[in-house]
Amino acid sequence: MNPALNTAVNAGMAPVGTPWFFYVLAGLAVASGAAVITRRNAVHSALALIVTLLSVAGLYLMLYAPFVAGVQIIVYAGGIMVLFLFVIMLVNIERASKDRRFNRIWPVGLAAACALLALFVSAFVKGKALFPERGMPLPESSNTQQIAAMLYGEAGRMGQYTFAFEIASLLLLVAILGAVIMTKKKI
Amino acid sequence: MPNFITSYLGSKVTPGEAGNQFWALVYVFIIFAGVALTVMWLLNWIERKALAHFQVRLGPMRVGPHGLLQPFADALKLILKEDIIPTEADQFVFWVAPLIGLLASFTVYTVIPFGPSQAVSDMNIGILFMLGVSSLGVLGIVVAGWASNSHYPLIGALRSSAQMVSYEVAMGLAVISAILMTSMNASGTGTLSMLGIVRAQQQQGIWFIFKFFPLGLIAFVIFAIAMVAETNRTPFDLAEAESELTAGYHTEYSGLRWSLFMLAEYAAMIAVSSIAVALWIGGWMHPFPNLLSTPAWEFVFSLFPGLTFLGIAAIAFIGAARMPAHSFFKIQRIGLAVFAALLGFVALLLFVIAVAGRSADGSLAARFREGIDYLYWFLLKVAVFIYLFIWYRATWPRYRFDQLMRIGWKVMLPISLGVLMLTAIVGVIVS
Repeated sequence: MNPALNTAVNAGMAPVGTPWFFYVLAGLAVASGAAVITRRNAVHSALALIVTLLSVAGLYLMLYAPFVAGVQIIVYAGGIMVLFLFVIMLVNIERASKDRRFNRIWPVGLAAACALLALFVSAFVKGKALFPERGMPLPESSNTQQIAAMLYGEAGRMGQYTFAFEIASLLLLVAILGAVIMTKKKI
Repeated sequence: MPNFITSYLGSKVTPGEAGNQFWALVYVFIIFAGVALTVMWLLNWIERKALAHFQVRLGPMRVGPHGLLQPFADALKLILKEDIIPTEADQFVFWVAPLIGLLASFTVYTVIPFGPSQAVSDMNIGILFMLGVSSLGVLGIVVAGWASNSHYPLIGALRSSAQMVSYEVAMGLAVISAILMTSMNASGTGTLSMLGIVRAQQQQGIWFIFKFFPLGLIAFVIFAIAMVAETNRTPFDLAEAESELTAGYHTEYSGLRWSLFMLAEYAAMIAVSSIAVALWIGGWMHPFPNLLSTPAWEFVFSLFPGLTFLGIAAIAFIGAARMPAHSFFKIQRIGLAVFAALLGFVALLLFVIAVAGRSADGSLAARFREGIDYLYWFLLKVAVFIYLFIWYRATWPRYRFDQLMRIGWKVMLPISLGVLMLTAIVGVIVS
């Protein structure tokens, strides 16, 4: 092994063209996010949403959080969006796209968007005081193990988020059972 | 620049770990070319020949000796065909659908561990990445069926999406029970990395298919069934059931676009077979790596690649010798003999490398020999799976859709959940 390679290995995952990738992914996410709400065709919207989710997964990767990126792809882009498309195809889109929208919810949407914008701006302005200058850089190679330790605990003691995690999974289980009971009158 | 190019030759890690973009790119190109050629030529030919022989037919015989050049003729035909997009179809989505499937199935290859350093990269989330990206492939099918704006493709797409979502659950649970087994070591930490999973089998001295017998075997069988469903192959090929739906989701596709779908399907077959090999069958390791790892045995095992090529060359020679004596067959006979001679030359080369690199002293020949061994055993195991895919197709009738759903949700899901729990319990008891 030559010295140049050694330093590259020691440095862990050497970032490659980081700002460039960030701007490409962020631009893609914003552009396809805009396409989601502007397309009238529901399938086009769903496809644009998939692009958004994938570019957000890319951003997670850039934040050295590969596990979250993988889960984002497997759960949202691979699972939920397939179900979305499945449902959209069962609906008669051509007629639905010609129907006049009877409930005017855009003021609510506008308010929500403004609130989110305000949050972002305040985070941008006050962020320096609120958050530490440098986040703790988790090593990319043990990201999954770190998450596991946080969720399930290690070496016999409970993890930091074990209780919240279990509660959330119980809630999901209840939701699944509720869905089954609502669709099947007699089991 | 030369320094940059030669920098990787001395390394024992994957180009991704070394951060060497040049070699990563070279690997990507090699894999892409290799997979595309294997799929287009070998897989296509073997599938047609094997299916034909299963049905007591000859299969392609005219283009080249024993139809060996038939796939090239077909590829040329498909490329030259008119590219038809139906008027009522959604033009852009119709255009982009085959590419989604193709991209998804080829992206998976970046983390397939052909050997300890013979992979593009070793991700910390390897198996998760593979499952996630290969599940994106169904989007191509769904979108193709919808964009065709026609009934049969839409039904095919709906079936495909329902099937994928159902079988992914059982598949994921089977994979998790294999990942659980990787944590049976001193530190108690498992891994999701593909290289890490194979290394865990190496450390524990057992392929996971045999671990906690029969738990590993059951998980493997669940995965093997689910992977056939994931790739839309017989007996789960309801998305393209030709007797009910003409050709299912790709009814409206023709020419090059259709062949992209086929390429994606076959590439996905190789990819899921590689997952199965890496997770349960020991990846790049030769049989009995814990018992037969003395230098003598290593040498014996390193002769296998050469022997394989020699065997195929012998078969080709016999084929050339058995050609009818009529002068019509003269060119075919010469062609087959040349093919056999080429294979024999490859075999000779492999023998030379095996003998020259028999001492594991880290010399260039020894590293070459090791690399060929890893590749050979990995690809041999994958080839067995590919043959199984073809065998299934020749043997089993297609399931009905309600049967498919019943097997997925009422049989495979409970069994895989049970295996997962039992694996966890046994693992806790043992450790």
